[in-house]
Amino acid sequence: MAHLNAQTVRTWYRLHKWTSLICTALLLMACVTGLPLVFHDELDALLDQHVAPAKAEAGAPAANLDQMIAQAQARFPSMHPYAIGWDDDEPRIFVNMSSVDDPRSSKDIRSMIFDAHTGRLLETEKDRFDLLSVLLRLHREIFLGLPGELIMGAMALSFVLSLVSGALVYGPFMRRLEFGTYRRDGAKRTRWFDLHNLLGIVTLTWALVVGATGVMNALSTPLFGLWRAQTLPKIMAPYRGKPVPTHFRSVDESVKQVAAALPEMEISSVLFPNPIFSSPRHYLVWTKGKTPVTSRMFTPALVDVETGSLAISGGLPWYLRILELSRPLHFGDYGGLPLKIIWGLFDVALIVVLVSGVYLWLSKRRSPIERELDHLVERESLRHAGAL
Amino acid sequence: MTTAAFRTVYRTPFILSTITIAGLLSALLGDGVWDALSWGLLAIPMFLLSFFLVRRKKSS
Repeated sequence: MAHLNAQTVRTWYRLHKWTSLICTALLLMACVTGLPLVFHDELDALLDQHVAPAKAEAGAPAANLDQMIAQAQARFPSMHPYAIGWDDDEPRIFVNMSSVDDPRSSKDIRSMIFDAHTGRLLETEKDRFDLLSVLLRLHREIFLGLPGELIMGAMALSFVLSLVSGALVYGPFMRRLEFGTYRRDGAKRTRWFDLHNLLGIVTLTWALVVGATGVMNALSTPLFGLWRAQTLPKIMAPYRGKPVPTHFRSVDESVKQVAAALPEMEISSVLFPNPIFSSPRHYLVWTKGKTPVTSRMFTPALVDVETGSLAISGGLPWYLRILELSRPLHFGDYGGLPLKIIWGLFDVALIVVLVSGVYLWLSKRRSPIERELDHLVERESLRHAGAL
Repeated sequence: MTTAAFRTVYRTPFILSTITIAGLLSALLGDGVWDALSWGLLAIPMFLLSFFLVRRKKSS
């Protein structure tokens, strides 16, 4: 391992060059759109004034969900309840209405926000241009839906390969240079070369984590599909041949039932009966743990909308657990504003790595890199000749 | 590259990598002190970066 053959280095260099070229354009887009997305919460609060919920004492009783649903239904009679979501930070409940079962973007959803304790309607989200959700769709799927997600996943994979091969060629190129060398008075190309190496190696681990979790996130649609295919048939088997229910029992009671069955968890969201993402005859109630780590771990419970019988499939399979842990590590939104600012700095540094990489490639003609490689090959072959 | 050269070149990157991993994980494992630890650790690579970019070397 330690004695690096010059031909091997050449191979790694080629791998680094080609995997980088494959992903650079989309990666640059992902870095630029990702920057505002890291500050999603802050920008959202800034762009849109929210009505704050009333101050409530700890342990204050929760408001009735059925009344919220009734209000939302009256406000949007042509739509059906799609989901209920609990705000992580404030006692607010989002009731999402939709006219379709698989809303593609925020345009397909109308939200009403209620106070979780008093049940008072705080606001009805206006139909407005939502810049952040457009940026997110560009970042995640380049507006192409599932194929776009998979393209971005392949791009992220190429990025990971480029990072690994880049780290491997870093050694040979830097062996005569001190760590942190930046020859600011050198030729333009030398400066860009130093910048690329320095910023690349310092951000390497962060970039590897964001790249690898990006691959995982890109696979979320197929992975959840796999889980549904493994789980739902067993749950749905007893219902075979029965008509799909049209009248649903109280969602408030169903949620209370799940909360009682899983006392160590808290309710995170409810998905109404849905033939695409869940079961057409169950409320899908997502619960999460209460500690910093377990609050990333979700456990689903299904409640029959007619009988109220409860089906808890237990924890999620390992691949969805990895996906759950991949989310915060990709978004950088799990350690307060200072972490987001550091995340943003890493992101900007990565943008410089990309731009300098493109510059080094464009100004290639017998470049220092290729010359350096030729020296390496020459020296190594001389050494081998001498040894023989 | 010899083993000694390999070690010299990759020593600092390895330390930085360890610091980064610890910083990324600590905010995930807990709140409060753990978040602060994460900020402190992840700030190190960024400080180092600005140091190397700003400093003027006497040699050139």
